[in-house]
Amino acid sequence: MPAILQNPHRTWLILVLATATTFWVGVEGGIGLAAGAVTFGITWIKARLVVLDFMELRHAPPLWRRIIEGWLIAVTALLLTAYYLGPMLLPRAA
Amino acid sequence: MPIELTAPALDTDKAGRHLPGDPDLWFLILAELLTFGMFFVAYVGYRAMEPAVFDASQRTLDRSLGVINTLLLLTSSWAVVSAVRAARADRPQVVPRYLAGAIVLGFGFMVIKYFEYSAKFAAGISLNTDTFFNFYFALTMIHLGHVVGGTVVLIVLWSNARNGRYHSGNMRGIESGASFWHLVDLLWIFLFPLLYLLR
Repeated sequence: MPAILQNPHRTWLILVLATATTFWVGVEGGIGLAAGAVTFGITWIKARLVVLDFMELRHAPPLWRRIIEGWLIAVTALLLTAYYLGPMLLPRAA
Repeated sequence: MPIELTAPALDTDKAGRHLPGDPDLWFLILAELLTFGMFFVAYVGYRAMEPAVFDASQRTLDRSLGVINTLLLLTSSWAVVSAVRAARADRPQVVPRYLAGAIVLGFGFMVIKYFEYSAKFAAGISLNTDTFFNFYFALTMIHLGHVVGGTVVLIVLWSNARNGRYHSGNMRGIESGASFWHLVDLLWIFLFPLLYLLR
């Protein structure tokens, strides 16, 4: 029996605390750039916990774990790129 | 010779590594992730082009409802994990209780979404209001469709579980439904900060 499956409560608690943190950063730290990085960072951590512990990819064949974790990293990197470089590279609509 | 009616865990390899549920389902999950991933990045790109519009429209959303819905889905996913765990530990009588909890939380998500949409429609805001609301309604409605579909799956699992159908010798059905439900949760983990929080 995988260790984490014996304690999904811990994963749930971390996810709830992380949600509270993103909410707080989004509300209180709504000052732009750093808050964006923190928000995407916490989103990645939460998504990874769901993928590894709830979807049980931590104990899945490595290929599937790499594919899904690779998607997570790629999307997070693209979101950060669009967030920070988008305003410089994309045309402003009127 | 008796026919084997319960599916053995064929997809567990020699090292004990196991992909939960039907392997084919994981290709659907991957397709969903790739599709939604493009939506997420497109959203942030469009936001960069119209920051004032996105900011103003985003401020009309009720963040507390977004947070509550996040907590409902996270907790629902936890209940489904607990159901899978109970079935695997051959405690089939506990499985339907956890599934029922997950279903109630899924309905809670729908009810909150109903109130959010009603408030917006009452204020004359729709899919066509601006680019932000194009994304907001399109993405949350597609996601809500997944919540509804996932809840139907959970109800089927619950109905089967009440007959004690899921145990360590028959995990594929419940693992498949669980994996889909976690996908619904996973997508919302991105949608919530993007739509409600990102400034």
